[in-house]
Amino acid sequence: MDVQSIIFSGLSIGGLGLLFGLGLGVAAKVFEVKVDPLIPLVRDALPSANCGACSFPGCDAYAKAIVEDGASITSCPVGGADLIEELSKIMGKEAVEVIKQVAYVKCQGTCDNAIEKYEYSGVMDCKNATFLQGKGSKGCEYGCLGLSSCVRVCEFDAIDIIDGIAIINKDKCVACGKCVLECPKNLIEMVPDDKKTRVACASEDKGKEAKSNCTTACIACRLCVKACEYDAIHVDKNIARIDYDKCVECGACVAKCPTKAIIDYKIK
Amino acid sequence: MEFIMIFISAVLVNNIVLARFLGVCPFLGVSKKVETSLGMGMAVTFVMTLASLISYVVYNLILVPLKIEYLSTIAFILVIASLVQLVEMIIQKTSPSLYQALGVYLPLITTNCAVLGIALINMNKGIQTDGAFGLIHSVINGFGTAVGFTLAIVLLAGIREHIEFNPIPKNFKGYPIVLITAGLMAIAFLGFAGMIK
Repeated sequence: MDVQSIIFSGLSIGGLGLLFGLGLGVAAKVFEVKVDPLIPLVRDALPSANCGACSFPGCDAYAKAIVEDGASITSCPVGGADLIEELSKIMGKEAVEVIKQVAYVKCQGTCDNAIEKYEYSGVMDCKNATFLQGKGSKGCEYGCLGLSSCVRVCEFDAIDIIDGIAIINKDKCVACGKCVLECPKNLIEMVPDDKKTRVACASEDKGKEAKSNCTTACIACRLCVKACEYDAIHVDKNIARIDYDKCVECGACVAKCPTKAIIDYKIK
Repeated sequence: MEFIMIFISAVLVNNIVLARFLGVCPFLGVSKKVETSLGMGMAVTFVMTLASLISYVVYNLILVPLKIEYLSTIAFILVIASLVQLVEMIIQKTSPSLYQALGVYLPLITTNCAVLGIALINMNKGIQTDGAFGLIHSVINGFGTAVGFTLAIVLLAGIREHIEFNPIPKNFKGYPIVLITAGLMAIAFLGFAGMIK
C-alpha cells in the first residue's frame, strides 16, 4: 500500500459519488413532485396515533385529505379541542366547538349484580364466548362478558375489566370507536362526555326476566319516562334510552329508577 | 445462442431467490398482491439491469486500471444506491399509487442483496472466465436474474392470493405458510438444476 493508491481510491470513489450526486440532483429537479406545503404542517400537528378513527387510513392520508380535499378538521377524536384549534390556525378555518365524546359501557352486571348461567373456561375472548349456547355464560345475554376483547383492541389503554365488566377510563379515552366495533354485544356506545346521566343497561329482555338475571337491569317500568319533564327519556324494546340533546341532567329519572339502572356519574 | 443460455440460466436454473436465496426480504414482503409484486419486479428489473451495466463499466474502466478492485463492493453500493434513488423519483412522479403500494420496500432495494449480489457475481464470472464475461454478458445476466426475481415474486403473490382464504391452521397463518410456500417453490425450481451446465 503506497500513498498513491490511497489517493487513487479516495479520488475515484469520491468522484463517482460526486458524479452520481449531481445526476440525482438534476433528476430531482426533472421528476419533482409538487407537494402542498400545508400538508407537512397539518401532518405534524396530528397526533400520529394512526388509529383510523377519522375514517382515513392513517394520519398521513387524513392530512392530505384536509389540505387537498377540504376534509373536516374535526374528524380526529384523539387530538381533541387543542388539535382542532391548531388545525384551524394552519388552515385558516373557523374553530368549531366540539363536545368531547367518550365510549361508555352500558352495563353494570358485575359479579355481584348478575348471575352466571354456567362456568366458562374457554378462550378469553368475548367473540368466541358469544358463539356459545345462550351467547356467553352471563345470565343476561345482553350483558358485558368481561373477557377483555375491548381491552385488547384499545390502543390507548383506556379500558379495564373491573369486577367482571369493562370500565372505560374517560380521561384516557379518545373516542376512536374501536371498542364500539369490537364488542360483540354492541354494549359500548359513544356518548357526550358532559352528559353524566346515563342508562347503565342494555337488556332487551322483558322486566321479569331481566330482573331475574341482574339486580340492576332496566325492567322497562317507564317510571323514568313519567318522571322526565323534558321528554328526554323513552322506553324502546324494553330498555330506557336517554336523548342526550334534550337531557338537562335534572336527576329525576335517577331518583325514580327502582333498579338503579340509570346512573348519575357526577355523583358516582 | 450463448446469450440465450445465460438468460435461461439466470431466470430458471440459478434463480436468484429460489436457488441462490438472495433478495428474500422483498420476496416475502411485497408478495401480497400480484399487481404490487409485478411493480416491485419491474423496479428491481430496472435497477438490476442498469446496475449490471454501470457496475461493469465502473469496475473495468475505473477500478481495474487503478488496481483498486478491493473497493468493488463500496463502488457497487454507491452505484446501486444512486440508481434506487433515481427509480424512486421516477415512480413517485409517474405512478403515485405504485409508490404507495411499494412503500418502504422501494428504498430497501438499495440494500437488496440480490442487486449487489448480481453485480458481484458478474464481476467474479469476469475474473473466472478471464474477462470473457463481457459487458453484454453482464447486462443479460443482470436482466435475466431480475426477470427470474419477477417470476418468483409474481408466482408467490399468485399463490398467496389463492390461499388467502383457505382454512390454514392458526399457527401457520401469515408468514409461516408463506415461508413453507417459498420453500416448496424452491424445491420445484430445483427441478431445473442440471438443465444447463
